[in-house]
Amino acid sequence: MSLYQGIFKRDMQVAFKQKAELVQPLMFLLMVVTLFPLGVSPSPDTLQRIGPGVIWIAAILSSLMAMERLFRDDFQDGSLEQYMLSGMPLPAVSAVKVAAHWLVSFVPLLLLSPLLAMFLNLTVDMYIALVLTLILGTPLLSLIGAIAVGLTVGLQKGGVLLALLLIPVFIPLLIFATSAVDSAALQLPYHAQLAIIAAMLLLAAALAPFAIAYSLKVSQN
Amino acid sequence: MWKWLHPYAKTERAYQLCLTLQPWFWVGALACLSVGTVWGLAFAPQDYQQGDSFRIIYIHVPSAILSMGTYVAMAIAALVGMVWQWRTAYMSMIAMAPIGAVMTFIALFTGAAWGKPMWGAWWVWDARLTSELILLFLYMGVIALYGAFEDKQQAGKAAGVMALVGVVNIPIIHYSVEWWNTLHQGATISKFDNPSIAPEMLWPLLINLLGFAFFIGAVTTVRLRNEIVLREMHRPWVQALAMNKALNQQPGDAATASLKEGS
Amino acid sequence: MQFESFADFLNMGGYAFYVWLSFGVTFLAMGIIAIQSFSKHRDLLKQVVVEQERKARIKQARQQQQDSM
Repeated sequence: MSLYQGIFKRDMQVAFKQKAELVQPLMFLLMVVTLFPLGVSPSPDTLQRIGPGVIWIAAILSSLMAMERLFRDDFQDGSLEQYMLSGMPLPAVSAVKVAAHWLVSFVPLLLLSPLLAMFLNLTVDMYIALVLTLILGTPLLSLIGAIAVGLTVGLQKGGVLLALLLIPVFIPLLIFATSAVDSAALQLPYHAQLAIIAAMLLLAAALAPFAIAYSLKVSQN
Repeated sequence: MWKWLHPYAKTERAYQLCLTLQPWFWVGALACLSVGTVWGLAFAPQDYQQGDSFRIIYIHVPSAILSMGTYVAMAIAALVGMVWQWRTAYMSMIAMAPIGAVMTFIALFTGAAWGKPMWGAWWVWDARLTSELILLFLYMGVIALYGAFEDKQQAGKAAGVMALVGVVNIPIIHYSVEWWNTLHQGATISKFDNPSIAPEMLWPLLINLLGFAFFIGAVTTVRLRNEIVLREMHRPWVQALAMNKALNQQPGDAATASLKEGS
Repeated sequence: MQFESFADFLNMGGYAFYVWLSFGVTFLAMGIIAIQSFSKHRDLLKQVVVEQERKARIKQARQQQQDSM
C-alpha cells in the first residue's frame, strides 16, 4: 500500500513544484469561456442557452492540454520505465497516477466553476446539474484520456494527435452532460443523463487502468 | 474451429489469399454494382412520397451499413492481433481503414444530398448523423495514429487500441434512432418478416449492398498486399515476386535481364 | 423502365442535381481509392526492384574490386 502512496505523493509533489503548469490550463479555460460573450453575444439569454456547452467544451479542451503531463515527466526522467520494470502491477500504478492527475487538474476546475457559471448567466438549478456532471464526467475524461496519452507518450507531434484521438471519444459524454444541464434549465429531471454518465464512469474505472497499462507497453516497447 | 485460419498469420500465405480472392471480389463488385445501380436508377418504381430522389437510397444505405461493418471488422482484426499477436491482423486492420473512411464519407455526403431536397437541410445535428460523423473522425484518428509511429509493429498495436475504444460508438449509431426522436427515419431492412420497403425497391438495395461489400473486399485485398510488401521488403519471397513482375512486364529490358543472370 | 425518355431519366423527376451529385461523388470517391491503391502497389513493387538492382550493383562493384586486387 505504501508503494502506491509513494507514487501518489510523488506525483502531487511534482505537480505542485511546477505551479505554472497547473495554472495555465485553468487560465486557458477562463479565457476560452470569456471569448464566447465577446464573440457570440453578451445577451444573458443567449449565454444561458449556450453556457453549459461552452463550459464543457472549454473543460474538454483545457483537459487535453493538461493531460500530456500525465506520463511525460516520468518518461523523460526514466521513472516510467522503472515503474514498468519494477514488478508492480502497471494497471494499479496507472490508476494511482490518473487519480493524482485528476485531483490536481480537475478539482481546481470544479472550484472555478461558480465563476464560470456566473459569467454565462446560468441559474442555480443549472449550476447544480453542471457540478454533478463535472464531478461524474471529469474522472471519465482523465481515465479515457490516459489511454490515448499512454499510446502517444514519447511521440514528437503528440499534442494535436492526442486531441484528434480523444475528441470523438468524448463527444457522447459532452452530449449527455449538456443534456442534463439543459434539462435542469427547463426544470425537468435529469437523473437519466447522470445515471448514464455514472455508468460510463464505472465502466471506465474498471477497465481503463488495464487499457492504460497495455498502451504504455505498446508505446514503450 | 478456427484452425483453418492459422496459416494466414504468415504474410506469404495472406498475400496468396489476397491474390486468389481479388478477381472474385472485383468481378462481384462490378457485376452487383452495375446491376443494382441500373435497376435502382432506371427500373425500380418511384416512391410515392419522395419521387425519384429516393433513388439515392441505393448508395446511401449500403455505404452507411458498410461503414459501420468495416469498422467492426477493423476492431475484430485489432482484437485478433492483440490476442494472438498476428502481424497480418494489424495489417488487415490498417488496410481496411481508408476504404471504411471513404464509405463513411459517401454515407454522409449522399445523406446530405438526399436530405436537402427532402427535409430542407443539408445537415442537422441529430443522433444518427452526429454519430456517423464521429465514426469518420474515429477512422481518421486510427489512420493518423498508425502513421505517427515509425515502427509499424508498434503502430499497429497503438491503432488497434484506439480502434477498440472507438467500437463502442457503433451500437450508439445503430440504436440512436430508437433512443432519441430524430429527423432520420427508422431502420428499413432490419425487420426481416415485415420490411417497410416494397420488394421491387428492396432487391436493388440488397444487390448494391453486396456490390459495395465486394468492392470493400477488393480494395482491402490490394491494400493488404501493399502493407505486406511494405513491411516484408527484405524477405526473399517479396523480392522474387517483384522481380518476376518486373521481368514479365519488360522482357526486352537489358538491365533486368542482366539482373536475372547476375542473381 | 420507369422513365418515358432518356431526358426524363436524366431529370430524375426534378431531383437531377441531388441524384447525380450523389452517384457522381460516390463513384468518383470509389474510383480514386481503387486507383490510388493499385498505383501504390505498382510503386511498391518498383521500389523493391530498384532496391534489388542497387544491391546487385554494389555486389558487382565489390566483386570487381576483389578481382582487381
